[in-house]
Amino acid sequence: MSHNESSVFATGGADLELVNISKVFPGFTAVDNISLKIPAGSFFALLGPSGCGKTTTLRLISGLEEPTSGKILIGGKDITNTKPHQRTVNTVFQSYALFPHMTILENVAFGLKQRKIANAMDLAHQALALVELDHVASRKPSQLSGGQQQRVALARAVVNRPALLLLDEPLGALDLKLRRQMQIELKSIQSEVGLTFLHVTHDQEEAMTMADTVAVMNKGKIEQMGAPAELYELPKTRFVATFLGQSNLFDGTVSTATSSTVTVSVGAHSFDVPAARSAVVKGEITVGVRPEKIAISRTKPAASKTRTIVGPGNVIDASFSGVSTQYLVDVPGLNTMTVFEQNDGDIVKAGTQVWLSWDTEFSFGIPFEAAEFIESDTSTTTLAAQAK
Amino acid sequence: MAIGAFSHGPSGTAVSSASQKKSRVAWFLLLPGIVYLLLFFLTPLFSLILTSFKTAPPAAFIGEYVYAFRWENYVEVLGMYGEHSLRSFTYAAIATIIALAIGYPLAYFIGVRLRPYPLLQSLALVLVIAPFFISFLLRTVAWKQLLADEGLIVGTLKAFALVPPDTHITGTAISVIFGLAYNFIPFMTLPLYTSIERLDLRLLEASNDLYANSFTTFRKVTVPLTLPGIVSGTLLTFIPAAGDYVNASANFLGSTQTSMIGNVIESNFLVLQNYPHAASMSLVLMGAILILVSAYVFKSGTDDLL
Repeated sequence: MSHNESSVFATGGADLELVNISKVFPGFTAVDNISLKIPAGSFFALLGPSGCGKTTTLRLISGLEEPTSGKILIGGKDITNTKPHQRTVNTVFQSYALFPHMTILENVAFGLKQRKIANAMDLAHQALALVELDHVASRKPSQLSGGQQQRVALARAVVNRPALLLLDEPLGALDLKLRRQMQIELKSIQSEVGLTFLHVTHDQEEAMTMADTVAVMNKGKIEQMGAPAELYELPKTRFVATFLGQSNLFDGTVSTATSSTVTVSVGAHSFDVPAARSAVVKGEITVGVRPEKIAISRTKPAASKTRTIVGPGNVIDASFSGVSTQYLVDVPGLNTMTVFEQNDGDIVKAGTQVWLSWDTEFSFGIPFEAAEFIESDTSTTTLAAQAK
Repeated sequence: MAIGAFSHGPSGTAVSSASQKKSRVAWFLLLPGIVYLLLFFLTPLFSLILTSFKTAPPAAFIGEYVYAFRWENYVEVLGMYGEHSLRSFTYAAIATIIALAIGYPLAYFIGVRLRPYPLLQSLALVLVIAPFFISFLLRTVAWKQLLADEGLIVGTLKAFALVPPDTHITGTAISVIFGLAYNFIPFMTLPLYTSIERLDLRLLEASNDLYANSFTTFRKVTVPLTLPGIVSGTLLTFIPAAGDYVNASANFLGSTQTSMIGNVIESNFLVLQNYPHAASMSLVLMGAILILVSAYVFKSGTDDLL
């Protein structure tokens, strides 16, 4: 076993594959038949609201929970029935879980000593140097600040050079500024050590800035998976469209569909959606467009084949936020629409009559679903409040 | 207090008088405790020390002693009762280990496994102290009957020829140690429970995640984190067990072959009326326990954890 282990550790990162993994707790299904593959050396993020099953997925991979069904493979080897201490996986816990009775150095060297690595102390010092904390090696965890403890937790996991590093909302307890700084550090450490990172978070900005691939989870299922830009530009479900950033959504029915364009009627309005960007070609459909794609104008724009124009509508609110201004525009026959406009000195006042237009290429079509509790406001604090 | 503040000119004086007042209140609140300790601990201790150096005047009645400085009392008791002292500490140590071996899993079960069920947890704790509802003497007598030669346990074992027909349990070291362990298990379990109940299980998960198996995790994480409970539990068991005179008495689970220091002190005080010997033996016991306990606390390094 020890021979096998050392060979896996020597290679650094390894592929992770989940095959039809489910975890059922009495009364609810936390993880519902998930399959995914994370290639070696990548930075993968599981994004979702609290209670969506992302932490359970992580615990299944680390071995702290046993799956109800399905298989887990690391580097092609089935590890489903192994104990946590036998897995070449390390976790950076949300609570950090540093051992309070050990010094920082002993904490970092713990995993190495368990595996009887000869120069455990030297490696631990190196790992602490990587997170710029070697000078506190002889202190106890309680003597460190939250940000420092977080970095020690990271060093304690990274020092083992695991095949897979699991990060369970490791930045959740830090304030915003420190969190942004740690995101950059984490990302650079990941590229430096070349390990496979699996990062779990409910912060969409964190997931998008750090990960190569993001999987959006909801109710134990993966809704959509892909590169951050891909997910943002072309969401495939209502949940992704509203959880990852904001969207203006209109429920309607497909009136005509050609190979290039799907035309949707929403009340008296009609919208064109590129066929390649529509997941639905007949029946009920939801059309969406991101708020920053929309241009606002006081006069009616000239009709164009490539632009979608709605209006006239009334600006009911204009809130200035520095870089941009967020407008809420009431368009008769449609929902209240959200528009983000770059601040170029011309702010439209509330009560003004305006027209909204956007490049039809930016519209997307997703399957119609009854709206749920998550609408446009998916800030971290709201989600945290909903969670517990 | 407000009037006091007005009567003094400079505000600095007013502030210092307020803080003086505060410390006076603190002293006042401490007073009952201090008086209690003076009356019921320091005075008897002082009297005990004086008694331990007393000597019998020429042609004295039994139990008649006068103040003196007869340090030979100590030499005599150490010579006469060295065997009893050794036996006391051995019995107490074995009983403490047994109580720990039974109390730790019990406290772990209540503090960790029952953590999701607060009602069951409280019920289990009540059950731990439930034996206290019946007098300690009665329970010990009950054990004497159960362990008696023709009693339930030995009788049954004999009936199935599992032990030789002349087996005794009462009156032996086994029954005395058993009695000590039995009687002190609640004193071991409760302090262990208060430590284990606070144990952060996420640390055990972290240890498992860092390649430590269950046994190593227990040794390297669980035990060090619950050490304060282990230390106070063992002290609360060992100290009274070393001085116990009920379990080892021939009226209960012991015999003259199992006499401990407590029995020696008891018979010197109440039967032989040799007060100086009883007093010096008490002080020897106290000194020995103080040395053992401070060595133990120092060794386990709990001051760092507390």
